[in-house]
Amino acid sequence: MLRFVVRRLLLLLPILFGLSILVFFWVRALPGSPAEGLLGERATPELIAAYRERYGLDEPIYKQYWSQLQTWAHADFGTSAASHRQVTDEIRYRFPATAELAIAALLFAVTLGIPLGFFAAKNYGGPLDHASLLISLIGISIPVFVLGIILKYIFSVRLGWLPGTGRIDVTLTVDHPTGFYVLDAIITRDWATLKDVLKHLILPAIALGSIPLAIIARITRAAVLDVQNEDYVRTARAKGLSTLIVDRRHVLRNAALPITTIIGLQVGLLLSGAVLTETIFSWPGIGRWLAEAIFNRDYSVLQGGILFVAFVFVFVNLLVDVVYALINPRIRVS
Amino acid sequence: MRGTLVSIALLLATCLVTLGVAGAGSGRGTLVFAGASDPTYLDPALVSDGESFRITEQIYEGLTQLVPGKASTKPELATRWNISRDGKTYTFFLRRNIKFHDGTRFNAAAVCANFNRWYNFSGPFQDASATYYYQAIFSGFKRNENSGLGTPLFSSCRARGQYTAIVRLRRKNGPFLPSLSLSAFAMQSPTAMRRYGANRGALRNGVFRPTGSYAFEHPTGTGPFKFVSWKVGEKVELVENKAYTGDNKPKLARIIVRPISTATGRLQALQSGEVNAYDLADPAHLGTISSNSSLKVVNRPSFNVGYVTINSAKAPMDKLNVRKAVAHGLDRSGVVRSFYSGRGVVAHEFMPPGLLGYEPNVVKYPFNPERSKTLLRAAGLSLPVEIDFWYPTGVSRPYMPNPKLNFEAFAASLERSGFKVNAHSAPWAPDYVGKVNEGSAGHLNLIGWSGDYGDPDNFVGTFFQDYSPQFGFRNGTINRLLDAGEQTINAKQRAVIYKRVNRELMKLVPGVPYVHTRPALGMQKRVQNYIASPTGSDRFFPVSLGGQ
Repeated sequence: MLRFVVRRLLLLLPILFGLSILVFFWVRALPGSPAEGLLGERATPELIAAYRERYGLDEPIYKQYWSQLQTWAHADFGTSAASHRQVTDEIRYRFPATAELAIAALLFAVTLGIPLGFFAAKNYGGPLDHASLLISLIGISIPVFVLGIILKYIFSVRLGWLPGTGRIDVTLTVDHPTGFYVLDAIITRDWATLKDVLKHLILPAIALGSIPLAIIARITRAAVLDVQNEDYVRTARAKGLSTLIVDRRHVLRNAALPITTIIGLQVGLLLSGAVLTETIFSWPGIGRWLAEAIFNRDYSVLQGGILFVAFVFVFVNLLVDVVYALINPRIRVS
Repeated sequence: MRGTLVSIALLLATCLVTLGVAGAGSGRGTLVFAGASDPTYLDPALVSDGESFRITEQIYEGLTQLVPGKASTKPELATRWNISRDGKTYTFFLRRNIKFHDGTRFNAAAVCANFNRWYNFSGPFQDASATYYYQAIFSGFKRNENSGLGTPLFSSCRARGQYTAIVRLRRKNGPFLPSLSLSAFAMQSPTAMRRYGANRGALRNGVFRPTGSYAFEHPTGTGPFKFVSWKVGEKVELVENKAYTGDNKPKLARIIVRPISTATGRLQALQSGEVNAYDLADPAHLGTISSNSSLKVVNRPSFNVGYVTINSAKAPMDKLNVRKAVAHGLDRSGVVRSFYSGRGVVAHEFMPPGLLGYEPNVVKYPFNPERSKTLLRAAGLSLPVEIDFWYPTGVSRPYMPNPKLNFEAFAASLERSGFKVNAHSAPWAPDYVGKVNEGSAGHLNLIGWSGDYGDPDNFVGTFFQDYSPQFGFRNGTINRLLDAGEQTINAKQRAVIYKRVNRELMKLVPGVPYVHTRPALGMQKRVQNYIASPTGSDRFFPVSLGGQ
């Protein structure tokens, strides 16, 4: 297992190297430069020319890439042309926000999706199965931004039950030692802040988690249906084991394999940032930051941000593979 | 099974109720204000964006300030001044008993420390992205390090006693005094700047960044509010300066400015009570705000101009009759009536009414397709005259909320007026702006300008004092007039000069101004005494919060 993990980690290096080349050339193939994006009407030709000179954009492309590699080798991903902050600092501010939202969305999707799919399979063809199908269809069909706006309008604007903006009530003065607000509130035993932070998480988590919920529910249903018709399950029932024990030891355990795979894929996608959800709920995460960087031609952000997201995605998939191997001994042996 | 589902539903409902309703988030005496983004940093000498100025306007004060709600200026840290006969020496008499937030005294030495700091900027500080406004007004530094910089306007500053600062310029300059109201030229604590490395900065990948902590953690001015903290992506917090002895005494205990990037998001935050006020309201939302009994719209005085550039370097726009034909062929009244929700007025020149030098008697060009065709024929052209007309996508500006709608209406009116329009578009940033400034955005393009400070040089001087590829326009008379306007100190004389500039410009039609708009803010009715500045640099000191 250790060799497997080390081998997969080493594979990260060529993946990131190849991606760095792709991103570097793609970003520079886009027309324009950061100057026009940042200065707007004030971007005179002289300022644009000065910017190109400062940025080294007049140099041959291979020289620019070599210069960039040398910077990266010092773990320096440059400075954002928009915010003037170090890209690594921006990632440090924003990734916890994205991660916290992703975890909340995933918890919502898994907590509701697995039981929904399981009971739909157990009630195959019945009203619960049909209801599950309907919920899944709705979840996968409604665009995230539509659902987000509807949720925000009903629960925040009209009813005033839940906040619809940001991660926390800005009038609170609290410490954030880790940047994960839920964890910070627990560490500092600040229960009032914990309550506030959880309130802020509810609507965006539901909006973001709706599609994963639909997918997890359908995959769970299919996996359970598949497994519960296997011979070993029929044998276990025939031996007189209770339904609860059969479901827990045989059905769910074997159905967990495809469910784990799909959850792992969803984790990777969610951690990459959710542009629309973050925009609607003014959530200061990575998704919106990267989308804005495209419009600003913010080269450093695009390069550093995409490489970071790629690293997270690959690393999460590695974790999924490890969990998969832990669940399924046959994978471990092979 | 059914029982399980009911249990789950009850559990969820209980969670929602237990967590309670969302509160207004704003306590008594705390104003929560939504801007569009985080500030860049909080050293006003090094920023040029509105969101940074929104914060620095509360922390710092300058030698002069804008009259609330107007573009004209009045004394602030300088109570009065004398200007020498040659127009090059300014003697500022300073307000007494003023302290910076760190307890150090504001005096003539502090004034000279600030002027000398800007003058002596070197290395990365001379990059245009670092000191945009200094370079726009003062042109150059003590030792220019690149050829694009001009001869510096500033010569020296001398403290005479504690409360008299004598600033000497190398040449007369009309915009100098009005420009001192800009936050970029606010007075900062020399002690704090020294202690926290305000003069440390670097260019990384072509981007300037202060490397000391002053601009992020220790901005120190004399203003009615003091800096508390800045959590990136979340808020900037200020508190009242209890030791403030100036004229602008604060009525709020605390200000929190939070970034919400979309206009819809800011509106919804206002509707849900998460903010008390916000800026950059979408004109389409103003009806929603007005119809809410607890909300109101506050208007910002007009200080912008939307115009159609005519590139005189591209034939046939080099012919005056063709440019006049374009002016007569644009249905400006129709566009302003249809697409500005009642918040625009038709513009007839390149600066807004109320600014020094505004000339009501310029040549006007009412929409007249037949007149346009006559002019085109008189220019020796056969109809229709084919032209390229550009507009931006992916943007909404205060003077141009929906560029595509403006373009479509203008293109239709030009087609009725003897033109054949080839439509072109590009995303605003970075492509469109770059093309306009380089002069590669066709014969005509849609663009505009919002003023930075209350001086005509900030409008017509910016557009026409030097040749620009955008307009491709040269006229010796106008250049000489603008030079004279810049070098004249007397307000009455400057008014005469700029009025003549406006008359001459509209005879020659290097472009067609079509709208001045009134941007708006949305806020709760309990927010009282909010005075919106035409430049966007609102001061919060008179604001108070009434009952819920």
